[in-house]
Amino acid sequence: MGLIWAIVGALCAIAFVVVVVQMIRNVPASNLVDGLLALIEVGLVVQLVAGLVKLGDAPADLSKATWIGYLIGSLLILPAAWIWSMAERSRSGLGVLLVGLAVVPFLFLRLHQVWVG
Amino acid sequence: MTEQESRQRPGVVRAGAGLLNRNFGRILVFVYGVLALSATGRASVQIATKFDKAPLQYLLSAFAAIVYILATWALGTSRKAVAVGVVTVEFFAVLIIGATNSGSVVLDKQTVWTDFGSGYGYVPLLLPFVVVWWLWFNRERGPRGA
Repeated sequence: MGLIWAIVGALCAIAFVVVVVQMIRNVPASNLVDGLLALIEVGLVVQLVAGLVKLGDAPADLSKATWIGYLIGSLLILPAAWIWSMAERSRSGLGVLLVGLAVVPFLFLRLHQVWVG
Repeated sequence: MTEQESRQRPGVVRAGAGLLNRNFGRILVFVYGVLALSATGRASVQIATKFDKAPLQYLLSAFAAIVYILATWALGTSRKAVAVGVVTVEFFAVLIIGATNSGSVVLDKQTVWTDFGSGYGYVPLLLPFVVVWWLWFNRERGPRGA
């Protein structure tokens, strides 16, 4: 799980920087951004599978519903951000993506907190 | 025309209509949407799995979810009156819950407003101010502006 978080977290950071650069240059989301978002989303699907497998050796006091909730919830953030940002291909649309990209690593932190209790 | 210029002349661009879900409002709606999702998920888990433990707190948690869903809807569809009402409720709720629950949280953070929303980077405390600023920024302007 730690490895997935490190890789996907790094991808989020890279995508964040790319989006910031595009905001400064005032160009709408590019294929590069879309590609990075798709890659992160694939990583989050891997996280979901790994997280469900990991449930096998969960600590006794783990709130399984919370754990699964965060795993599934993290999958929804970027598609929602992407769709919402498509309606306004401007700096604000990019801003929506930035929020989404900041929320995803925050959810990793939450998942970790849920696991250790 | 750059976006900055258009933002400084909202009366020209939007004829004072002040759509709340455009420009910065688009980001704002998304932030509210994320909070609505978290609050709904949290309340659902609490009520479904451990309602007996702290019924009042978990009902408050559900109330928070409703507030964020309403706020997202009101801002997303540019309903100013509803937005003002909901955000006022949110503001007082985060202050009251923050002041009341502080220090007595045992099991887990019970609502998104617990401890003034510290679990969410105090975003729940800051958002009402941002919304009020955004509503003011998009207020109806007279013929001479402002």
